[in-house]
Amino acid sequence: MRWLRQTLAMMALNLRTIPQRLSSSAVAIVGIAGVVVVFISVLSIAAGFSAAMRQSGSPQRALVMRSGADSEMTSGLGGPEADVIKQAPGIRRDGQTPLVSAELYVIIDLPKKSSPDSPANVPMRGIEPTAMKVREEVSVTQGRMLQFGTNEVIVGRGASVQFANLELGNTIVSGQNRWQVVGIFEADGGVAESEIWCDSRVLQGAYRRGNSYQSVLARLDSSDSLKAFTDWLTSNPAVNVMVRRENEYYAGQSRALTSLIQVVGYGIAALMGIGAIFGAILTMYTAVATRAREIATLRALGFNTGSVLVSVLGESLALGLIGGVLGGAAAYFAFNGYQTSTMNFQTFSQVAFAFRVTPELLVTGIVYALIMGLVGGLFPAIRAATLPIPSALREL
Amino acid sequence: MKYLPLVWKNLWRRKIRTTFTLLSIFVAFLLFGLLMTIRMAFTFGVDIAGADRLVLIHKVSLIMPLPVSYEPRLQTVPGVELATHNTWFGAYYQDPSNFFANIAVDPVPFLKIYPEYKLPADQMKAWLEDRQGVIVGKDLAERFGWKLGQRVPLTATIWQPKAGGQTWEFNIRGIYDGGDGVDKTQFFFRYDYLDENRRGGQGLVGWYIVKIADPAKAVALSHTFDEMFANSSAETKTTTEKGFVEGFAKQMGDIGAIMIAILTAVLFTMLLIAASTMAQSVRERTNELAVLKTLGFSGGLILTLVLAESLFIGLVGGGLGLGLAWLVVQGGDPTGGMLPIFVLPSRDVALGVGLMVLMGFLAGIMPAVGAMQLRITDALRRN
Repeated sequence: MRWLRQTLAMMALNLRTIPQRLSSSAVAIVGIAGVVVVFISVLSIAAGFSAAMRQSGSPQRALVMRSGADSEMTSGLGGPEADVIKQAPGIRRDGQTPLVSAELYVIIDLPKKSSPDSPANVPMRGIEPTAMKVREEVSVTQGRMLQFGTNEVIVGRGASVQFANLELGNTIVSGQNRWQVVGIFEADGGVAESEIWCDSRVLQGAYRRGNSYQSVLARLDSSDSLKAFTDWLTSNPAVNVMVRRENEYYAGQSRALTSLIQVVGYGIAALMGIGAIFGAILTMYTAVATRAREIATLRALGFNTGSVLVSVLGESLALGLIGGVLGGAAAYFAFNGYQTSTMNFQTFSQVAFAFRVTPELLVTGIVYALIMGLVGGLFPAIRAATLPIPSALREL
Repeated sequence: MKYLPLVWKNLWRRKIRTTFTLLSIFVAFLLFGLLMTIRMAFTFGVDIAGADRLVLIHKVSLIMPLPVSYEPRLQTVPGVELATHNTWFGAYYQDPSNFFANIAVDPVPFLKIYPEYKLPADQMKAWLEDRQGVIVGKDLAERFGWKLGQRVPLTATIWQPKAGGQTWEFNIRGIYDGGDGVDKTQFFFRYDYLDENRRGGQGLVGWYIVKIADPAKAVALSHTFDEMFANSSAETKTTTEKGFVEGFAKQMGDIGAIMIAILTAVLFTMLLIAASTMAQSVRERTNELAVLKTLGFSGGLILTLVLAESLFIGLVGGGLGLGLAWLVVQGGDPTGGMLPIFVLPSRDVALGVGLMVLMGFLAGIMPAVGAMQLRITDALRRN
């Protein structure tokens, strides 16, 4: 008990006197906070991007593409094949209509609002009337749904924010085609919000695709219907396709970019962390050195070595905690929800997403800050506790 | 010069403190080297892209094909030296995650337009004799352990062979090399093989590259080309190759700006640490500095001595960090294909050295000025 009281007393003393050593403590706090801000902000890019991709797919839907295609863009299905696919078992029906939509996926060049001279690959999807029913989370929030058979389009919310000239009522000019924006839709933050949707038949004509599609999206009767659906299709000689659960498809599509960002983010944060630890060590050495005589006096009075050690560590942890909280708060307020877009290598098209500072990231950031504080304070604490009392008392 | 031993001794007064300060600066400049490399990697070679090469793509977007019949029409335009086409193939080797660029080209004009791809004459001859021949970049061959003469099967994702299945077979007839900054991870095969063997899409190419005689005429010729094909079934959009590559880099987002922002934060923090260390070290030596002044050392000399210490820390710590970064970069692209241009440009190395000197100077200047202006009697009285 005495040990505990001594430790608490010393820690209280250390913490109360921090304001006297404000400038050197500030160095450690700023150093740690800086690392935490960079760490959280870079990883929030990966978190936001993968969240957008994960939100996009539903386990209740199956995506059918030509066998061997690695994304919708490289796939190609004939009209007759699409008709066969629509006959497969396991598709939910709305009355007599199977909830299935044969779709085209192309990209058109539109400038980003942030770099108006430079075009970006904006995805454009040709859909069928059933598409809205197949995708339950999609709803038109402004304007109205497009009229099939015309050049009307609806634009995803993310796309309308990121790319120029996609507001309600605008006309998109692409090559010789003109598309009329009549509505803005939302899709729960998923990747569909980066897309422009039009009638697949009109798109086929505009792009001279004849009667061909690229993918068929089917709303399954239940998650378990996937096996029956897949087996019927893969054993059917009339089609040459592969089937993926939609959410797994999107998860796969985001893998490369997400891991790249994460590798870079963790790598940078690790190196910065080492630098910040050195900074913390320097600060704590200073803290210990300036109070060498006081600490030695306390030890001479009978405070035991263990308490000294723990109290110095406690001070270092406190600095780490303050740095971590400050860094986390700065990252959150500066970056959370920041809208941006980037090109996903795998699909060669833009994905609009928002930086996401998740609770897990904040906690990881604070834990990292505490680790930096702990490692930084260890050696100075040992030094403070074990320096021979006479030499410490003599120290300037 | 005779004061160097004094500077050295003063530095190592507190070995631990100096070591840790050196290590912080070391980490800062290691990061500098690595992040500058990443920034360069995300420019995708914009700097070396030819100013005398124009790229024509379909006006709607790059994924729309153009007719091969445009080539002879482009050749006849005055001011055009050579025009050729490229077609993206998008296949992979064994695993879909093994990404690399594979492109169908017309061998002779292609290598004429891109003299930076260096291929020995005998390998070129072998390529021209083998329809299924390919040339691959040195880095790509190393990555997969491919040798000359090896038969390599690729799994296609866009174009299926007429015979069925998805596999296209190629023979490695050449391995090309290039300078720093040249993408040596590409795979070039013959367009005639592609066009003859693919199911559908005959007579279509991906994009055109045109070498013009006078770079100053680039804008005018771009307009000429686009007007030639306006109102046809495949309208074009022409940009310089540099602009084309820049467009890609811009699509990724402003990676360059992010890297610079991070580096600024890092360097600022390390500067803070170095400055506080210097300030502390000078504060501790007030008595000694006063004694030196009594002995006749001028204020200016004291300033120089203190600055020399902080410059040493900056240059040695920074030099080691940058050196290690350079060594790491020599090891090549760690992502396995996503960053083909992975070099630390010498311009950034020079910038690094400049920053080291600046940091050393800034860290030491305040304590140095304080030391210079020290009044002997006040200093000696201070405990």
